[in-house]
Amino acid sequence: MKDDVATPEERSASLKGMGCSRKRVEDVRFTQGRGNYVDDIKLDGMLFGDFVRSPYAHARVVSIDTEAAMKVPGVVAVLTAKDLEPLGLHWMPTLAGDKQMVLADGKVLFQGQEVAYVIAKDRYAAADGVEAVEVEYDELPVLTDPFEALKSDVVLREDLAGQTEGAHGPRKHHNHIFTWEQGDKDATEAVLAGADVVAEEMVYYHRTHPCPLETCGCVASMDKVTGKLTLHGTFQAPHAIRTVVSLISGIAEHNIRVISPDIGGGFGNKVGAYAGYVCSVVASIVTGKPVKWVENRMDNLMSTAFARDYWMQGKIAATKEGKITGLWCHTTADHGGFDACADPTKFPAGFMNICTGSYDIPTAYLAVDGVYTNKAPGGVAYRCSFRVTEAAYFIERMIEVLAIKLNMDAAELRRINFIRKDQFPYQSALGWEYDSGDYHTAWDKALAAVGYVDLRKEQAQRLEDFKSGKTRKLMGIGLTHFTEIVGAGPVKNCDILGLGMFDSCEIRIHPTGSAIARLGTISQGQGHATTFAQILASEIGISADDITIEEGDTDTAPYGLGTYGSRSTPVAGAATAMAGRKIRAKAQMIAAYLLEVHDDDVEFDVDRFVVKGAPDRFKTMKELAFASYNQAIPGLEPGLEAVSYYDPPNMTYPFGAYICVMDLDVDTGEHEIRKFYALDDCGTRINPMIIEGQVHGGATEGYAIAMGQEIAYDDMGNHKTATLMDFFLPTSWETPTYETDFTVTPSPHHPIGAKGVGESPNVGSVPAFSNAVHDAFRPFGLTQSHMPHDHWRVWRIARDLGLHG
Amino acid sequence: MIPAGFEYHRPTDMASAIGLLQAHGDEARVVAGGHSLIPMMKLRMASLSHLVDLQGIAELRGIELGADVIRIGAMTTQNELITHEGLAQAVPILREAALQIADPQVRYVGTIGGNVANGDPGNDMPGLMQCLDASYEVVGPDGTRTIAAREFYDSAYFTARSDEEILTRITLPCPAAGTGYAYEKQKRKIGDYATAAAAVLFGPGGASIAMTNLADTPVWSAEAGAALAAGDTEGAVSAALAAIDPQEDMRGPIEFKKHVAGVVLRRAIDRALSRAAG
Repeated sequence: MKDDVATPEERSASLKGMGCSRKRVEDVRFTQGRGNYVDDIKLDGMLFGDFVRSPYAHARVVSIDTEAAMKVPGVVAVLTAKDLEPLGLHWMPTLAGDKQMVLADGKVLFQGQEVAYVIAKDRYAAADGVEAVEVEYDELPVLTDPFEALKSDVVLREDLAGQTEGAHGPRKHHNHIFTWEQGDKDATEAVLAGADVVAEEMVYYHRTHPCPLETCGCVASMDKVTGKLTLHGTFQAPHAIRTVVSLISGIAEHNIRVISPDIGGGFGNKVGAYAGYVCSVVASIVTGKPVKWVENRMDNLMSTAFARDYWMQGKIAATKEGKITGLWCHTTADHGGFDACADPTKFPAGFMNICTGSYDIPTAYLAVDGVYTNKAPGGVAYRCSFRVTEAAYFIERMIEVLAIKLNMDAAELRRINFIRKDQFPYQSALGWEYDSGDYHTAWDKALAAVGYVDLRKEQAQRLEDFKSGKTRKLMGIGLTHFTEIVGAGPVKNCDILGLGMFDSCEIRIHPTGSAIARLGTISQGQGHATTFAQILASEIGISADDITIEEGDTDTAPYGLGTYGSRSTPVAGAATAMAGRKIRAKAQMIAAYLLEVHDDDVEFDVDRFVVKGAPDRFKTMKELAFASYNQAIPGLEPGLEAVSYYDPPNMTYPFGAYICVMDLDVDTGEHEIRKFYALDDCGTRINPMIIEGQVHGGATEGYAIAMGQEIAYDDMGNHKTATLMDFFLPTSWETPTYETDFTVTPSPHHPIGAKGVGESPNVGSVPAFSNAVHDAFRPFGLTQSHMPHDHWRVWRIARDLGLHG
Repeated sequence: MIPAGFEYHRPTDMASAIGLLQAHGDEARVVAGGHSLIPMMKLRMASLSHLVDLQGIAELRGIELGADVIRIGAMTTQNELITHEGLAQAVPILREAALQIADPQVRYVGTIGGNVANGDPGNDMPGLMQCLDASYEVVGPDGTRTIAAREFYDSAYFTARSDEEILTRITLPCPAAGTGYAYEKQKRKIGDYATAAAAVLFGPGGASIAMTNLADTPVWSAEAGAALAAGDTEGAVSAALAAIDPQEDMRGPIEFKKHVAGVVLRRAIDRALSRAAG
C-alpha cells in the first residue's frame, strides 16, 4: 500500500496538462534578456556580410567594379554573380518551382535586389565596402501593375524566353507564370446566367509584409577540417533548409547541421530561402571563417518575402431569398520578379480554393493567374495558411456585397447560408473536406455577446444624427465568419520540394521520470515549449514541468517540415500525442509485469497504471520510468522512448466569428475601434492563455493590415514603405482592446481534437475591420473600397460619396 | 543602417564647440538628441567627418522663468519641458505640443534646440515657436545674435543659422494671462510626424496661428492671426490655408492634406477659444 491521498482531480491538476493556462516557460529567458537569437551568436573569427542592392526596379547591370571596395580597410572579399556562377549558385530554385537570382545576373528585377555581397571583418567595414562598390546600370521600363504586365511587350524574365510551359502548366504571356483552376467553370457560369441575383465586385487584398520584430539572418560556419557546415539561422523550417542546402550546394546532408535558435517572430517571412543564406555559406567556404548576415529593417521590408497582392474579381449568385447558388472568382496574383511563393508544390495559389468560406455553396469556380512584375518576390502566408487570408477576405467581402444587392442584413445572410452542423464532414465545391464545425452556434453566441440588435439600433440613430448635423462620425459594424484550412498536410497531396508535409516527435523518458521531447517544428514565439509539454503531460502522466521540449537543431531533432500555416499543433501536436501513446503502451506492459497481472488488467489513471477493480494496486509513471531502466522484463527492451512521424489524414478547419464596432470621422478619415469581439473555435484547447495571446497578436496584425499597413511602390518601382515610419506597425496606443470567446468543436480525425489557432485571428480580423469601414458608408452607397483603410483613403470614400458638403 | 566613419567630439564649453565647427567647416555638425541627424547618417543621406555632441555643455541646459519672458536652453529635453511645472503653467501649449512629439523614449533624449534648429518641416516645435513669437539665440565665432523664429526657416533643412553657429537658447514671451491655446495634431500613429498640425493662441494680446508639416517650412500667417483676433474664424482658416503648400507622401495626397489642415485648424481654434478667459 502506498501513501497517496491526492484525488484524481488533484493529481490531474498537478500535471499542468491540456486545458491549463500554464505560464509560458520560454518567457523566463525572454523577459530577462536571456534569449539566444541569431544575432547573439558570436563565433571565433566571425566575418560579416552585407549586400549591395539595386536602386532600380528594372535595369541591366552593365558593370560591377569592386576594386575600390576591396581597398576599404576590413573588407575581405566581394562576391558577384560571376563568382557564384562556376559553383552553379548564381541562381537558386524557389519553393514555387521557379528559380531566382542569388546575385544579379545581368539584370535586376526589383528595387533592393541583391547585386553583390561584401564580406568584411565587422559590420561597419562591410557597410563601407557596400558604399564603395560601383555598379553601372542601364534602366529598363518598369512594370508595377500586373494587368499591364500581362499586356506589355517588356520581357521581365529573359531567362525564361520561349518557355511556354512553367512549373504549373502553360504560360500565356512572357510575364505570365501560371494559371490554376479549381471547380466547375461551365456549371458555375450556367448558375450565374440563370440566377435571380448576381453581385459582382473586384476585391483587392493589397501587398503587405510579415515584418517580424527580428529580421532574417544567419551565421554560416564551414569547418574545413571536419568538412561539416553549421548553419544557424532564422528558419521556420530548419530541416527543409538542410535538405535544400544539400541539394543546391552538393554538400552531403549528414555534413550539414542547421540550427534555428530563438526566433523573434516569423509569420511566414522566414520560410523561404534567401540570397543571404546562400552567400553566407559560400563566403564561409571561401574564407574558411564563420560568416554572419543579418538584415536591417529596410533590407527586410524591401527584399524578403512580402504577402498578399491578390486582385480577386468575384461574382456571387443567389436566389432572391438570399440562398447562395454559385461563386466565381478570377484572381490576378502579383508575384514580383520571381515566383518565390511558399506553398505546397501542387498548390501554386495555396489554399485559395477555401474561398467558399463557411457557406454551403453548391457550385463554384476559381482561377488564379500568377504574374511577374518589378516588385520583390515572395507571396508568403503572413500568419495564415497559404492564401487563406486572401480567400477569407474575398468571401467575407462578397457576402457583404451580396447583402447590399439583396438589401438584406449581412448577419442573416450568413446564417441562412452556413454549412449546417449535420453536413460535416462537408465536401466543398472547390475540393476540400471540412472536418467539423458548428457555425450557427458560434454565430448566435457572437451576435448575442455583442448585442447585435441594439448595435444596429444605435447605428441607425447615429446615421440620423449624422444626417441632421449633430455628428461627423459614422458607425460601422464589421461582421466576419471565417473558416480556415490549416495543418498542411496529408503527404498524399501536400509536399514542399518533394518533402511530404508530415511532422514528428521523439520522446525520451529519463530514469527519474522526467523527459525530453524533440519535434520537427520550431517555435518563433508560439510557446511550443509550454504547450507541447502540456499535450504530453496529459498523454503520459508526467508533469509538464518535468518535460523539456527541444526544437530547431537538425542534428538532434527528428525530421519535420517546420512551423507555419498553423501546422504545428495539427501535425506535430498529433505526432506528440501519438508518440506519447507509444510511451504509455510500453509503460502499461511494464506496469502489468510489475503488478503481476495481464496487460489488459491495468488501466491508465492520470499519472499511473492501476489494476482494474483494485485502485490500491498501481504503479506511477515515475516508478515505471525507473523500472524501464532497471528491470529485466521478458520480451521488452530496456528504456522508455518513442518516436512518431505523423501524416495527417486531412487538414483541420478552425473557424470563428469576429465582430468589430468602429467609429469613423468622415472629415479626417480617423477611426476608433470601439469593440472587437473574437470567438474562436480551434477544437480542443491546449492552453487558453496562449490562445488568448495568439488572438490578441493576430488581431493586432489584422488591424494593422486593414487600417494602414502596406508595401507600396511608385510607378518607377521605388519602394515607398521601407521604414517603420511609413510601414504601419501599431504601438500599444493604437492597438484595440479585444474580447475573446470560444466554442469547442473538436477535429474528429486529430488524436486530441485540436485544430490550431495561431493564424485564425489574422484571417478573421482583417475582413471584420474592413467590413466595419464598408458598413459605416453602406447607407451612402459604398459597395467596395480597397484596403488599407488609412486616414486618407477613408477620407476619400467620404469625399467621393459627397459627405464633405 | 550603419553610418560612415566619423570623429566624435564632446566639448564642455561653447568656445571649444565653435572652435571645432570653425576647424572642420561643413565636415562638422553639432548633434543634440540625435533623433534627426543620426538616422540621416545611418541612411548615409548625411555624411559628416566630425560630430560635435553638445551634451557636455552645461550652460545649454535649463529653463528660466521670468516675469515676461521664458528662456529655455537648447539642450533641454522634451521630457524636461513636459515635466517642468512652472513652464506648464506659464505656457501650457508647450507641454500640450511636446506630449504629441514622438514617444516617451524619444522625448527623454530629443531636445527642443535640435527640434527647432534642424529645419525639418516635420518637427512640431518650429511652428509652435513661430506661433509664440519666440526668438533663437545663436552663438558663433563673431559672437551672439538673436533671430526671430518667424525669420529663421528658409526651406527644408535650410535656416538663417550659419554652419559655424550653434543655437543655444530659445526665448519666449509669456502669453498674457487668460490666453486660450491649442496644439492640434493629426498623425497616423504614435511616433509619426504630423499629417497636419496647428498651433493657436487667442487672448488679450491678440491671436496667432501656425501650422506644421504643410510646407517645406513652418507656416505662420499674420493674416490668419489678425482675422482670428478680429473674431473671424473662417477668415483665419482661409488665410492659413492659403499659406500652406503640402506635398504628397504616404500620409496622403495634397487635396487630403489641405482638407485635414482646415479641419485640424478649426478644431484648434475652437479649443483655443473655449480655453480663453472671458
